[in-house]
Amino acid sequence: MEDIFNGIEPQVYKSQISVPYQWWAGETASKFFITLRDEKKILGKQCPQCGKVFCPPKKTCTYCYVETNEWKEVGPKGKVLTYTIVYRQLASLKKKVPVACGLIQLEGSDNAMLHYIEEIEPEKITTGMQVEAVFADEKSASIHAISHFRPVK
Amino acid sequence: MAKRRVAIVGTGQTHHRSHRPDVNGQELIHEAVTRALEDADLSIKNIDAILIGNMDHFEGINYVDCWSIDGSGGYHKPVIKLTTGGTTGSTLAIGGYHFVASGMFDKVLIIGWEKNSESDTTGAITTAFDPVWDRLVFAGAISGLAVEAQAYMAKYGATDRDGARVSVRDRKHACNNPYAQLRKEVTLEEVLASPMLADPIHLLDVCPRTDGACAVIMASEEYAEKITSTPDWIWATANRHKYTYLGDVNWGELDSMAQASQDLFKKCGITEPRKQIDVIEMYQPYSFAGIIWIEDMGIVPRGKGAEYIWSGATDMGGELPINPSGGVIACNPIGATGLIRCAEAAMQVMGKAEGRQVPDVNFAVSTGFGGCMWTDMILHGKKKPNL
Repeated sequence: MEDIFNGIEPQVYKSQISVPYQWWAGETASKFFITLRDEKKILGKQCPQCGKVFCPPKKTCTYCYVETNEWKEVGPKGKVLTYTIVYRQLASLKKKVPVACGLIQLEGSDNAMLHYIEEIEPEKITTGMQVEAVFADEKSASIHAISHFRPVK
Repeated sequence: MAKRRVAIVGTGQTHHRSHRPDVNGQELIHEAVTRALEDADLSIKNIDAILIGNMDHFEGINYVDCWSIDGSGGYHKPVIKLTTGGTTGSTLAIGGYHFVASGMFDKVLIIGWEKNSESDTTGAITTAFDPVWDRLVFAGAISGLAVEAQAYMAKYGATDRDGARVSVRDRKHACNNPYAQLRKEVTLEEVLASPMLADPIHLLDVCPRTDGACAVIMASEEYAEKITSTPDWIWATANRHKYTYLGDVNWGELDSMAQASQDLFKKCGITEPRKQIDVIEMYQPYSFAGIIWIEDMGIVPRGKGAEYIWSGATDMGGELPINPSGGVIACNPIGATGLIRCAEAAMQVMGKAEGRQVPDVNFAVSTGFGGCMWTDMILHGKKKPNL
């Protein structure tokens, strides 16, 4: 293998691609985020056909392919469906490791939301444990309006 | 070779806009799919497989086949994503044709979509150029097109006024199309007075950025005639690629379209395209292409494109109307654009084009174009093709 560059000085052209994005949340997600910001309420949306409630909300039912119609308040308590603990400090992580993330199924919802689990030693987190939403001090129309989930005392 | 006949039995599209903050990507897709299902009077349960596509990098989502299922209706169905740059929509149509013609699936849903408003189009399109050789010099799509126009003008003496005439035509046609994004007539003088982007291309010579989606349903012969009394039969498809580096292209002629046209017309026994074809929906992202590419297609001899355009032959009511929908200059949700051409051609054959209907369409051609000068083509017909 050493001789493949025999007599050749290999050249590498270094560059970078930078593409800014702005993703429209749409009116369904927008209503969810605005209600979360202004009223500290977590909303799900229900399918008129199968009755499933989605939180995160969906405009269309995944299973019936009809538009969801009714908004339902869900949570703020729920259970951990599954979770992981991140120990490696990747550049994209805003928090300091160890960071625990879980899929939280809120009471009244049929699907689950990805969020942080805090106020507990990560090793003590279990599947099925009861958690509740802790709202952030800073108002924002995004999922960060919920700071994290913590165990129900 | 096709093992069996394939027809388009339904189409649907969104009302295309510069941006759609009221919906996310899946919700946009859902609008087009719902309309196509309604048009064919089918339910999502009737669909056997789905092909979906958009431009790489435009929304920054790389698992669209999975991510889109709330919009596509693809829950627990076979879904495949195809993405080929500007030709994504036409490649999807060709892929759908292969799915059904091969005998693998009976009823296939084909979806092209784009939310152009979500990123920097020029940055994303730049990734279509070779990073070492071409990207330093060429950014985005317009410079490549300007090079083509300049080369053609130098060879055949065309002027920017000739180009502007094509833009005037398409923008006028768009006023008949309720789905088009830009529906405003312009004058030759307005085109020529609009800002120069890359000589000789003015702002009003080129396509806009658009949010939109299009869906097409194809079915095998057995089902097609039960679904609709006016199926749009796919006679043949053709596709040609030409180059690796920009410097490899024979600028001023679109060789890939010339070869794809010869292939397409030979397969179908079309010997005089100007007389035998009734309407063309051309993926024509800027005005000068409307002159150059009809020469490549063999509609008129080399150097005669501008004269033919000025004669009015390609206007509505003319000998061979081109882009009754207003085409790409009026509306360009890129991943959907090629499929919109296919859907519009199908609507012409099916007699469903309403205010933009060309009378008595027996044959229609739809095309797809990729910014690096490659071509897709489809021949649509009212009668069944020979197998």
